[in-house]
This record gives sequence, structure tokens and C-alpha cells, in this order.
Amino acid sequence: MLSPIVEALTEGRNRRVRRYRFAIAVLLTLVAALFILTLSLGQSFTPPSDVIRVLLGKDVPGASFTVGQLRLPRALLAILAGLSFGLGGVAFQIMLRNPLASPDIIGISLGASAAAVFAIVVLQLKGPVVPVFAVLAGLGVALLVYGLSYRNGVAGTRLILIGIGVSAMLESFIAYILSTAPAWSLQEAMRWLTGSVNGAQLGQALPLVLALAVFGGLLLSRMRDLEALRLGEDTAAALGVPVARTRVLIIVAAVGMIASATAITGPIAFVAFLSGPIAARIVGSNGSLLIPSALIGATLVLAGDYCGQFLLPGRYPVGVITGALGAPYLIFLIVRVNRAGGSL
Amino acid sequence: MISESIGGAVAPRAGGNRMLWLAVVAAVLVLLCILSVAIGTREVAWADIVAAIGGREDTIAQAAVAMRIPRTLLALLAGAALGLAGAIMQGVTRNPLADPGILGVNMGASLAVVVGVAWFNIASADAYIFAAVLGAGASAVFVYAIGSLGRGGATPLKLALAGAATSVAFSSLVIALVLPRNDIAGGIRAWQIGGVGGATFERMSHVLPFLVAGFIISLLSARKLNSLALGDDLAAGLGERVALARAFAAFGAILLCGATTAVCGPIGFLGLVVPHLCRLLVGVDHRWLLPFSAVAGACLLLGADIVGRIIARPAELDVGIVTAFVGAPFFIWVVRRQRVREL
Repeated sequence: MLSPIVEALTEGRNRRVRRYRFAIAVLLTLVAALFILTLSLGQSFTPPSDVIRVLLGKDVPGASFTVGQLRLPRALLAILAGLSFGLGGVAFQIMLRNPLASPDIIGISLGASAAAVFAIVVLQLKGPVVPVFAVLAGLGVALLVYGLSYRNGVAGTRLILIGIGVSAMLESFIAYILSTAPAWSLQEAMRWLTGSVNGAQLGQALPLVLALAVFGGLLLSRMRDLEALRLGEDTAAALGVPVARTRVLIIVAAVGMIASATAITGPIAFVAFLSGPIAARIVGSNGSLLIPSALIGATLVLAGDYCGQFLLPGRYPVGVITGALGAPYLIFLIVRVNRAGGSL
Repeated sequence: MISESIGGAVAPRAGGNRMLWLAVVAAVLVLLCILSVAIGTREVAWADIVAAIGGREDTIAQAAVAMRIPRTLLALLAGAALGLAGAIMQGVTRNPLADPGILGVNMGASLAVVVGVAWFNIASADAYIFAAVLGAGASAVFVYAIGSLGRGGATPLKLALAGAATSVAFSSLVIALVLPRNDIAGGIRAWQIGGVGGATFERMSHVLPFLVAGFIISLLSARKLNSLALGDDLAAGLGERVALARAFAAFGAILLCGATTAVCGPIGFLGLVVPHLCRLLVGVDHRWLLPFSAVAGACLLLGADIVGRIIARPAELDVGIVTAFVGAPFFIWVVRRQRVREL
């Protein structure tokens, strides 16, 4: 017979776990529903039954091309990129304990994007070399921003401002490279500056799956340590977390994911920044934010791309939609943090 | 606060060298003007250049040079306006990180023009300028309000963060508005990254009255800024009406930024770098600093524009790209010098 206190604690814990699982189930359903919607309803409607038959590899006249060749790669890429951005973004936010310290604000995504543009336009590279290039550049930028903002410890505001400065340079660099490219196209420019899944091909999904498996796996295996870091460095160290090593691993894993996704879709604006805080609103303190945030990233990119394609007058790349969504939230966040007066 | 934010390592030295520096900067400016007319994506013989300045446009070469003349003039005006506006903003907010680009003022002007074109069908040059000045003013107030919320008021880092974030946010709204509109002049890049290409005397003539008013108001505020630099209490003690002085100077700066952005698009970082360099040369007295910042700003923008024409041949680089490349490292350097009490 357990004492009532233990019983109450167990009960509370179970309730939190149930809520957490429920939230994840809802998010999974949402992603699946959006996935099916994207596949079946575009310029023309394909019944879900046909969609499923195409997915199973059967040849359906009329639907095989639209669904299999056009919509599937696009939806798949959107999900994979969304998962990568959501997961990588929240890892940074938790580790630096600041929602503004997300990779797309402190220049890491743009660094990967600049490297991808450089590799494609100047070095004329293609295929899987490009993501490798992007990952290396992303790590380089992360190191640079971290190093530049280090002075008796890293202060959040300084890190973010220096990241914004670095971003401005990288943006200029991208604009410069694109202006020397033989054919300046708005489509390409938009991809490398705000992100887009236009012209997706099934082959592009493979490197993303690999990156997600390796880096995502690494990150999820460090979930406990990351949760401890959320309590602050000293507390984490006291709890037995090897702080320095965990930090390096998390940076490598998060940058790896973000940069691989960026090398293919471009830095889809604000997805990494938005996913974590939304996940925190939904899950609260009931469990780790990593998986919910990844699912929200996928939801944002899928839904954003669908809106940009079909729901608005004119066609927008997905980065424009998520950018317009993220902008007011960014301002709101600054207002809230400043008003609370906490250390930003 | 003052010694940290404005004086810093830059102790005001005796002003004996000021006249000398003025002469040097003026000489550099003249030299850059000549270069700006002579150098471009197309190489032109001196005889053609002289002929074109004389008003002849018989050959392609002469026509190309003739197009460089209004461009040079616009670069001069925009550079002077942004340099001066930067100096004023640093004085008004007593913040070494202030700059019309970083504080989101230029992007606010840009957004206002784009909103006006996309939603209210404004088309005339004058309407562009009004919208831009309005947008610049609104975003300046907005950013200052956000930055001064909470403990400690508008500290340099808080203000810069509020401005930079606002700028990022506005910039993505600008993309969202411009992208579906092929008819918006200059296309998407012009409202995101500023440049002085495609300048005409006709467009400049509309903006000139605003710039002149801005220059006059700004230069008249030098004495007020000197009082403000002593701190609000002391300035009030000296009989300065602090809030009014701030508003007056800021109004001048906003006119300058808005009008410049209406013609060139948002050009960042210039207003940050120029006053810092000028303080090294002439010290912290705003009566010298303001005119100097204007002249040095013109030099820097003109120089950046010339570099942009050479570096990406046969294309050319918008001057906003070049200034970001030069200015962002400077910005990082200033941020690093700031002391932050955190964590």
C-alpha cells in the first residue's frame, strides 16, 4: 500500500504523460491529414483512395503523374524539411535558453544557404556534396557567432545581435553570388533567401532522410541531457550532465539537420524560430519539446506551402508565408520579453 | 553612461586639426565624384567622359557616362542624408549602435511605400515620399517604444535588438507584399536592398525639398544634441526642454531617412559607421560632428557604389549590399565593446 502522497505524485505524473502522448498523437494526425490533403487536392482533386493506391506503387491513370511526380516529392520534402527545422531550432532555443537564439535568426541557416549557393553557382557542384558543404559552413558560422559573442561567458542579447550582424553579411554575400550568376532568376533568389519547395524531386528526399536519421537520432539520444540544460548550466552539471560535451554534440546535431535541409529547400523563414515556442504552448512542461516541435515544423511547412500554392491569390514560395507569420510573432516576443524585464 | 556610449575610447582631442580634416574629406569627396563619373561597368575613354559632361550623348559611351551623373548626385545626397541621420540618432538615443538601418527606420519606410503601392494604389513620386516619411516616423516611434519597455529603459542593446528584430520582421512582410506584384517598380530587390542605380534628375527633384528640410532641421539641432549628451538632468538644468529637443532632432533624421529610402530603398549600416569614424576625427561636438558626418557619409556611399560597379562586372552590385559588407563587421565590433550584465 503506497502512501497517499506517492499515489498523488504518481497520478500527476501519469496524467502529464497521458497529456503529452495525446498532444503528440494530435500533432501526428494533423501532419498526416495535411499530407493527404496536399496529395489529393491541388489544381485538381484526386480521391484519397487513388492517392493511397499511387502511394502503394500501383499505376493509376491520370493520378500517377500528378500525385506521384508532382505532389508527393513536394509534400515529402516539406515534411522532412519541417521536421529538421523544428527539431534543430528548438534544440538551439533550449540549449541557449532563449527563443530568439534560433538558427534562422542568428545566421546559421543563412550560412548554410550561402554555402549552398556558393557550391552550386560558383563551384558548379551538384548532388550530395552540396549538403555536406552547407553543414560545414553552418558549423563554421555557429562557431563564429559563438566565438565573437564570447566574453566572460556568452550573453544572450550579444549573441543574438552578433548573429543578426553576421546574417546581414551573409545575406549580402548571397545577393552578390546570385548577381554574378549567369541567369538571375527570382525563383532561385527566393529559394536561397527565404526558402521554397518548388521543383522538388523525390531524389532530394534521400539526403534529408539520412541527415534526419543520423543527426536527429543523435539529438534525441541526448534528450535527457538537453532537458537538464534547460535548468541552467550549473544545475545540469550538478545532475551529472557532461555540459561541454553535450553542448558540442547538440550544436553539431542541430546544425547538421538545419544545414542539410537548407541545402535543399533554402532557409525556410522562421520555421525553426516558431516551432519551439508553439510546441511549448501546446505541451507546456508535460514533457520534452523536441518531438512536438519537429511535428509542428512539419505542419508549418506543409500548411504554409499549401497556402502559398492554392489558398492565396498568386503563388508564393513557402518561406514567404512562414516569414509573414513569423514576423509579428518576433515583434510580440520582443515586447513580452522586454516588458517582463528578464534577461533576454 | 556618456563616457561609455559616446566618448568611450574616443577622447575629444583639440579641434585644431578639424579644418585640416575638413579639407582632406572635401578633397576625397571631389576625387570620388570624378571616379564615380569615370568608372562603371563599361569602360569609357576620357574624351567621351568630358564630352558627356558637356552634355553630349552621341555615342553609347557618352550616354553611359551621362547616366552616371545623376547617379553620382543621388549617391552624394543619400550618403549625406544617411550619415547625418545616423549621427543624430546616436545623439538622440545616446546609443552607439543607433543607425537608421539597424533601428528598423529604413525598412519601416520601405514597408510603408510597399503597403501604399499594394493596397492604396499610390503611384506619384510625392505620395511615395510621404508614405516613406510616415513609415519611417511610425517605425522609429514603434522601435523606441518597444526598446524602452521594462527595466533600465532604452539600453543600447535592447534598442538595437528591438530595431534589428523589427527590421527582420518588416523585411519579410515586404517580400510577402511585393512578390505577387510584378508591377511594383524595381521589383523585390529594390525594396529589400537599397541602391542608387537608375537615378534620374526627375525623381530626385521630388525628394529634394524633403532632404533640404531634413538637412536644415538636423543641422540646427546640433546645439541641442550637445546639451542632451550631458544627460537628461543636466540638459534640463541648462534650460533645455529635453523631450522637445529629442523630438526636433529625431524629426529631422526621420525626414532624411524616409526621403532617402523612398528613392533608394533601405540602405543599412552607413549611418552606424560614419559618425563613429567622424568622432575619431573631429571629436564629440555635434556642431562639427553633424556636418562632418554628412560629408563623410557622402564619401562612403559614393565609394561603396563605385566598388559595387567594379566588383561584379559585367553586372553591378547594389550599394546596400556593399555597405552591409563593410558595416556589419563594424556593428559586431561595437556590440562586442558593449558591457552586458547578464546570466
